[in-house]
Amino acid sequence: MIRLEKRAAPSRIWAYLTPVVAVLATMVAGGALFALLGTDPWQAIRTIFWDPIFGEFAFYYRGQLLVKAGPLILIAVGLALGFKAGIWNIGAEGQYIIGAICGAAVGLAFYPMEARWLIFPLMVIAGAIGGFLWAMIPGILRTRFNTNEILVSLLLVYVAEQILAWMALGPLRNPEGAGFPGSRNLRNYESAANTELFAGTGMHWGVVAALIAVIFAYILLSRHLTGFHIRLTGESPRAARFAGVNPTRLVLFCLGVSGALAGLAGLFEVAGPSGQISIDFNVGYGFTAIIVAFLGRLHPVGILLAGLLMALTYIGGEAAQATLGLPAAAIQAFQGMLLFFLLGFDVLTNFRVRFGARAAA
Amino acid sequence: MKKRTFLAAALAATMATGVAADGHEPTKVGFIYVGPIGDGGWTYEHHQGLLAVQEEFGDKVETMYQESVPEGADAERAMTQMALQGADIIFTTSFGYMDPTINVAEKFPDVKFEHATGYKRADNVSTYSARFYEGRAVQGHIAGKMTQSNKIGYIASFPIPEVIRGINASYLWAKKANPDVEMSVIWVYTWFDPAKEADAAKALIENGVDVVLQHTDSTAPQAAAAEAGGVVTFGQASDMSEYAPFPRVSSIIDNWAPYYIDRVRAVMDGTWESKDTWDGIAPGMVEIGEITDAVPADVKAEALALRDAIASGETHVFTGPLNKQDGSVWLADGETADDGALAGMDFYIEGLTGDIPN
Amino acid sequence: MDFGSINPVLLIASLMVASTPILLAAIGELVVERSGVLNLGVEGMMIVGAVTGFIVTVETQSPALGFIAGALGATLLSLVFGVLTQVFLSNQVATGLGLTLFGLGISALMGQEYAQLRTPTSPRWEFFGLDELPVIGPIAFNQHPLVYLSLILVIFVWWFLKTTRSGMILRAVGENHDAAHALGYSVIGTRFAAIAFGGACAGLGGAFLSLVIVPQWTDGMTAGRGWIALAIVVFASWKAGRVLLGAYLFGGISVLQLNLQAAGIAIPVELLSMSPYLITILVLVIISSGRASASGQAPASLGRAFHASG
Repeated sequence: MIRLEKRAAPSRIWAYLTPVVAVLATMVAGGALFALLGTDPWQAIRTIFWDPIFGEFAFYYRGQLLVKAGPLILIAVGLALGFKAGIWNIGAEGQYIIGAICGAAVGLAFYPMEARWLIFPLMVIAGAIGGFLWAMIPGILRTRFNTNEILVSLLLVYVAEQILAWMALGPLRNPEGAGFPGSRNLRNYESAANTELFAGTGMHWGVVAALIAVIFAYILLSRHLTGFHIRLTGESPRAARFAGVNPTRLVLFCLGVSGALAGLAGLFEVAGPSGQISIDFNVGYGFTAIIVAFLGRLHPVGILLAGLLMALTYIGGEAAQATLGLPAAAIQAFQGMLLFFLLGFDVLTNFRVRFGARAAA
Repeated sequence: MKKRTFLAAALAATMATGVAADGHEPTKVGFIYVGPIGDGGWTYEHHQGLLAVQEEFGDKVETMYQESVPEGADAERAMTQMALQGADIIFTTSFGYMDPTINVAEKFPDVKFEHATGYKRADNVSTYSARFYEGRAVQGHIAGKMTQSNKIGYIASFPIPEVIRGINASYLWAKKANPDVEMSVIWVYTWFDPAKEADAAKALIENGVDVVLQHTDSTAPQAAAAEAGGVVTFGQASDMSEYAPFPRVSSIIDNWAPYYIDRVRAVMDGTWESKDTWDGIAPGMVEIGEITDAVPADVKAEALALRDAIASGETHVFTGPLNKQDGSVWLADGETADDGALAGMDFYIEGLTGDIPN
Repeated sequence: MDFGSINPVLLIASLMVASTPILLAAIGELVVERSGVLNLGVEGMMIVGAVTGFIVTVETQSPALGFIAGALGATLLSLVFGVLTQVFLSNQVATGLGLTLFGLGISALMGQEYAQLRTPTSPRWEFFGLDELPVIGPIAFNQHPLVYLSLILVIFVWWFLKTTRSGMILRAVGENHDAAHALGYSVIGTRFAAIAFGGACAGLGGAFLSLVIVPQWTDGMTAGRGWIALAIVVFASWKAGRVLLGAYLFGGISVLQLNLQAAGIAIPVELLSMSPYLITILVLVIISSGRASASGQAPASLGRAFHASG
């Protein structure tokens, strides 16, 4: 009989080792999948995991890793605060969209005035406020009317998508765009552009913000009273109440912070890598960030690493499509497998595998 | 270390065998798709174009593609990736790839780019699009003749010029064929949701519509019409012949293959230059799928005559006198719409009811 | 307001069809969540059900076999979730999201050869001429068998949870797994059964999309309906009857807004297309205000991993 025995404390060694084991297992299983599809598994695995970091074109891909990981980490850090406290914001995608719309709208309102010192900071503030307010809708509905925040935040994603389409077709449409949908390209408007801080590195303000958010969250959780309240509420809401935690304030704080960070991510994306408000501006960062938050075990540093790993599978996966002709669906299935292994092997951190009959208690 | 040198050598060997007999490497052709190649519509037809290029040039070309590429930063990366891999020409097949295409083209002046349905060009960026509205006019004629209830319906995605042009063209020619005709438009506000398309088709049919035109790519409206019985539909993007001879009585097919072959050949010959192509029925970019026998012979003959007249240039789909919805004059008697006005069309023509969103 | 050419009888008949995939997936997920498990992979299970149902129908020419296969295919996928979350004690939220990712990918791979095909239609039931009755006929006596099945499932789940012993055990497991374990009930076994049931229901819902509503196979054709099903379970405060209300409310508004457009009612389209989401939120706010806590009747052990430490 194989059985699991709970460890007194999580194993430090396995905490670091399980991701490695999981990635190796994914390589084996994924390789089998690719071989089944008629692709050389060695080459596929190398293209996905090795080439983006060390391959011929790594000079380009390394930067792209940051571009892809930045918004994921920024959103996931905010979500993790709420998740730790048992507050479920599933609608970061919507807050990301609204943040982008608000930020872009502020920038476009100033067009073509040039005053970077004024316009870009205002956009950043507007982006954060946009995401914050959108997250306040489930927040206030929950604290005032006891409406479940999972449902409200999730359904508001679809509402945000409709608003996005409306904005791209209507109010924010580029007046010089010959009637086509989509706003002016903010990258071509110097005062509003979220440019690379060092050319070719992929490092833009959104990546910087993500790093700051990681540090901020780390300090908050480990050193600050609010962080303690968050952890306490997650572990035992009743105990938290006795300890003087104000649940209303905590709900609004967690939803507000995660909304503001998602809004920021949207703003930095629309002003930088994406460049414009268009009907299909959002690409699912808000949902993928939920995965990243849990892969990182809701720990800021873990989230940083999980975000980079996730970004790697996207970038490497795209490369595998173009160079090896693997279908996009195979990459998606592969990412799913990676998650399964990462999450499944995690059991080794908290449990010991025992063989044979149960020892006397 | 040893293994890596081995791999490198192997790579070099395969590249050497890839070199064609005349000493030129195969021309590398890249495609960026917005949907999956299994979408049965827009992306599917572009992928058919890729396969045709492969067929035409055999081992003189090497094709690559990436599907379901989101517009924006991801598209830019996909293009850069292909350019780095040595692509000679890259087709970017969605309107939303416009700015990314221009950005990447700036960084790779030696690579040729072809952007579908956009309007921004550069020395190494061409644009191309199809005059689907020509096909819509033919459909409109058939629709006007086939309707018994004098109500035809149109399932539209988003209010962009391309879609509005299609609505105007089909309404205009339906009205010419049958002055009593009315058209209802449903905006589904999505590019892709087959079940919603089915619901939209049902909603139209339940409101008395007996001809459904669609600007969405799935066959869901065809199935809804088949179930309702007595409702006419048209294939969109691909032939949808599985619903022929009825309810699907004809179709508009996007045929990109001739253009793609042409442009790849131009790259091989060194004659490629930046230009804007907007082709319709005449060069075969827009095909009218078989008109089935469910259509009376005289209507079919008229539709084919209209198709030929459009192809020969004898008839322009939008010819005055023609007013806008608000009654103001758009085209004077005998005047035809110029391409600029068509490209940015954002108004309904006279007779259509309802508002265009925004 | 003049609703012009909208026929309310046809509207109700259509909304029942349009809501059925969501209703099926939601009633399955309700049972899963009542057992204390949160499976966010509904979208992934639905799409796998859609593709397996379609493939089997094409190969066997039998829609009935297709529906069975759709249910089985999704059940198989749900068991992956079961093994990971129940045996390996993985995080349920992340595993569920991974399941959706995996399901979308694997379904597209499986369906590659089936994109442009047509299946035999599965007819609606007509009850010995009862379908000819005015008003009630088209609504009650002329629907697809699965529409009836979905309604029977709602009643079954309500009955099962409320009156049967097994249902009571399932609820006990969901409310307090440690206590249930102490009483000698198999927590893991109960949860596996619930997860499999949820998978089968989601698979049926997916197959209903690919075999009846659309009917065609296209990549990603569920287009987010699994997420709506999850929202409906929350909307319903984990009560079977309310799932029916939620699914029909959402489906009804979705169909109504298309009908309003078809009838040419002058309401801005942007507003209409947001309306299903906004009205669902609004109704929930009205229902839930005045209630003691936001989690409502959520099973107390929802989403928590269980390990028998004794």
